[in-house]
Amino acid sequence: MTALQTIASVRQRKSQSSVSAWFERSVPALVLSPGVCVSVIFVYGFVLVTGYLSFTPSTLMPRYALVGLDRYRDLFSNDVWWESVNNLAWFTVPFIIGSAAFGLLLAILMDQRIRYEGALRATFLYPLALSQIVAGTAWQWLFNPTYGLERAVQNFGWSSFRFNWLGNPDLAIFCVVIAAIWQCTGFVASLFLAGLRSVDDEIVKAAQIDGASLPTIYRRIILPVIRPVFFSVTLILAHLAIKTFDIIVVMTAGGPGTATWLPSYFMYTFAFERGRMGIGAASAMMMLAMIVAVLVPLMYLESRATRNAT
Amino acid sequence: MGVSKAVALFLAATWLGGVGSARAEDLEVLHYWTSGGESKAVNVLKGEIEKKAFTWKDSAIAGGGGQNAMTVLKSRAVAGDPPAVVQMRGPAVQDWAENGALVDLDKVAGGWSKVLPPAILNVLKYKNKIYAAPHWIHRVNWMYINKAILDKAGGKVPTTREELYQVADKMKAAGFIPIAHGETAYQDGVFFEGIVQSMGIDFYRKAILEGDQQALTSPTMVKVFDTVRESQKYFDDGVQGRPWNLAAAMVIEGKAGILFMGDWANGEFKNAGKVPGKDYVCVPVPGTEKMFTFIADTFVFFKQHDQPASPGQLALASLIMTPEYQEKAAFYKGAIPAITTASVVEFDDCAKKSAADMKASISSDTLITSQNQGTSEARLGAIRDVVSKFMNSKQDSKSAAEALAKAVKAAM
Repeated sequence: MTALQTIASVRQRKSQSSVSAWFERSVPALVLSPGVCVSVIFVYGFVLVTGYLSFTPSTLMPRYALVGLDRYRDLFSNDVWWESVNNLAWFTVPFIIGSAAFGLLLAILMDQRIRYEGALRATFLYPLALSQIVAGTAWQWLFNPTYGLERAVQNFGWSSFRFNWLGNPDLAIFCVVIAAIWQCTGFVASLFLAGLRSVDDEIVKAAQIDGASLPTIYRRIILPVIRPVFFSVTLILAHLAIKTFDIIVVMTAGGPGTATWLPSYFMYTFAFERGRMGIGAASAMMMLAMIVAVLVPLMYLESRATRNAT
Repeated sequence: MGVSKAVALFLAATWLGGVGSARAEDLEVLHYWTSGGESKAVNVLKGEIEKKAFTWKDSAIAGGGGQNAMTVLKSRAVAGDPPAVVQMRGPAVQDWAENGALVDLDKVAGGWSKVLPPAILNVLKYKNKIYAAPHWIHRVNWMYINKAILDKAGGKVPTTREELYQVADKMKAAGFIPIAHGETAYQDGVFFEGIVQSMGIDFYRKAILEGDQQALTSPTMVKVFDTVRESQKYFDDGVQGRPWNLAAAMVIEGKAGILFMGDWANGEFKNAGKVPGKDYVCVPVPGTEKMFTFIADTFVFFKQHDQPASPGQLALASLIMTPEYQEKAAFYKGAIPAITTASVVEFDDCAKKSAADMKASISSDTLITSQNQGTSEARLGAIRDVVSKFMNSKQDSKSAAEALAKAVKAAM
C-alpha cells in the first residue's frame, strides 16, 4: 500500500464517518420535523388565520376584507360576552380552589402508606377517563329536580326537600363547578401524590425526632417543598377552565337564560350557529389572550421557583 | 398519428362520460328531516325524482334543529364542494344567494307568482330572482287547549289575554297546570313572539322583523315583558329545560291545559290519537286571530362547478311545486301546502282551519313571517338571549326592553 493510497482511504473513512455523524446529528430533527410542521400549520397557522378573521366582516362564510377593530368593538359592547367572562370567573376560582383542595387532601390521605393504594389511586383517577359529555350528562341527571337527587330524597320521605340549583340562574354555575371538580380531583391528587413522594424521607424523620406533629410537618416542611407542584396544578386547571365547553353544552346549554355561558360557548355559538364568524374569531382571540395572561406569569414564577430550589 | 388517435379517444370518452353523467345525474340532498313524518315526506319526493331517472343521494344530518346540517354545509361550501340540494329556511336563503353560492330557478319559476302568496314568494327571492322552492307552510301562532280541562274551566275558548288569565286561574283552581311550557331558549322565543304579535301586526313588524329601536324601547315593549312575567305564574316547577314535545305531552295526557306552539305540535296530538274539536282545541294565540305567522321550509340549490341550474336541480324544483307532492308532503309533515291550488280536504280540522286562515290573511295582508323565518340567526339568537334571561331572572321589564334594543342593534 502506498502512502497515497493510505491517505485516500483515511479520507474516505473520514468522509464516511462525517456522513454518518451528520446523519446521527440530524435524525432527531428528521423524526421531529413532521410533528413540528403539523403543529406549526394546524396550531400556529390556524391561530393566525383566526386572528386575521377577527379583523374582517366575516359572517356566514369567511370574507377577507379588513375592517380594523370593528369586531372587537361589537364583542366588547355585547352584554352576553361580558356575562360569559363574569361566569368564567365564577367558574374558575371555585373550580381551581376546590380541585386543588380535594386533590391535596386525597393525596395526603393516600400518602399514609395505606393498603390497596394502587386500586384507590386508579379509582380516583377514573373520572378523568370519562369524556366530559358522559360526566356532564350523569351530573345533569343527578341535579335534575324531576328525576335526580331531589326526587330521591323526597322518595325517602323528606317530601319538602328542595334542590333545584340547575334551574336557578345564580346557582346553576356551581352545578357545573361541582361536576368539573369531581372530574379533575383524582388527576390533581395523583400530581400531588407524586410530589409528596419526592420529598426526602430523612427530613420528615428528622422532624419527627424533633417532636413535630404530622400536621406541622405537612404545613411547615412538605407543602413548602412541593411548591412547584402547586404551580403546575394551577397552570393545568386554569387552562382547563378557560377551555371548558362540553360539560356546559350537556349540563345547562348555557342556561337558565345566559347564566352559564362561558367564553368558549359564546365563541362556538356566535361563530358556528349564528353566522357571526368575525365576532366568534374575536372572542377566540380574547380567550387566547386570557390563557397567555394566565400561563406566562405562572411559568415565569415556576421557573424562578425551581431555580431557587436547585 | 398515434397521439391524435389517443386524443380523439380521450375526447370521445370524456364526451360520452359527460353525456352519461348528465343522464343519471346524482342529486346529493342535504337535509335534517329525520323524524317519522318528516322522513315520510322526503321519501315521497325521493320516489318521484327517481321516476325521472335522477339519482337521489341522501345526506340526512340529524340534530340541533338543523344546526349540525348547516355546519356541514358551511365547511363543504368553503371547500368548494357543496351538495346540489340543501334544506333551508329563513334569511339564510338570501345570505347564501348574496354570497353567489346558489343557482336561480327562473327557468321553472315563471308561474310561481300565480300560485304562491306574495309574502311567501318574497322569502324565496333575492334581488328579484327566485332561489328556493317551498315544500309547505307552518303556522306558528297556535294555542292548543285540552278540551276536558277547558270544560272544567268554564268551556269558553279565551280570545284575549284577560280571558286567558281567567281560564288559567280556573284551571289552576281545578288542580291542573294551566300552561305547559319548557324553558328552553327556543320555546321562550315562541312564547315571547306570540305576546309581541298580540300587540298588533305593525308593532311586531317594526320591533322584531325590522329591529326598530323606537319600537323596541317603547312602553308597548315594556308591556310585552310585563305580560310574559304575568303568564309565567301559570307554569309548573319542572319547567327548566323541558323539550317542547314533552310540554305538548302534558296537554295531551291531561296534566296541563294550554300549550303555545307552532302547528308541528299538532302532529304530537295526532300521533297520540287525539281528535281536534273533541279532545283538544286549536285556536290562534289570543290577540293574533287575524294574523298568520308562517315558516316556509324550502330547498335551495347550490352551484355545481360554477354552472347554472342543472336539469336535475330544475326537475326537483318543479316537482316540489306540484299540488300532488305538496298535498302528500304537507299531510305527512303536519303542515299545510304552500301553493294555494293544492287541496286540503284530506287534512284534519286544525290544518283545514290553518289553510282557510292563510287564504283570509292573504286578502287582509296579515300573512307575515314568524321570527324564525323573518330574522337572521344573529338577531334571533340575540332576542332569545334577552328573553330567556328575563324569564329566568327577576329582571324588571324596563331594563329587559332596553337590553333587547341593545342586543338587536348589535346583531344588525
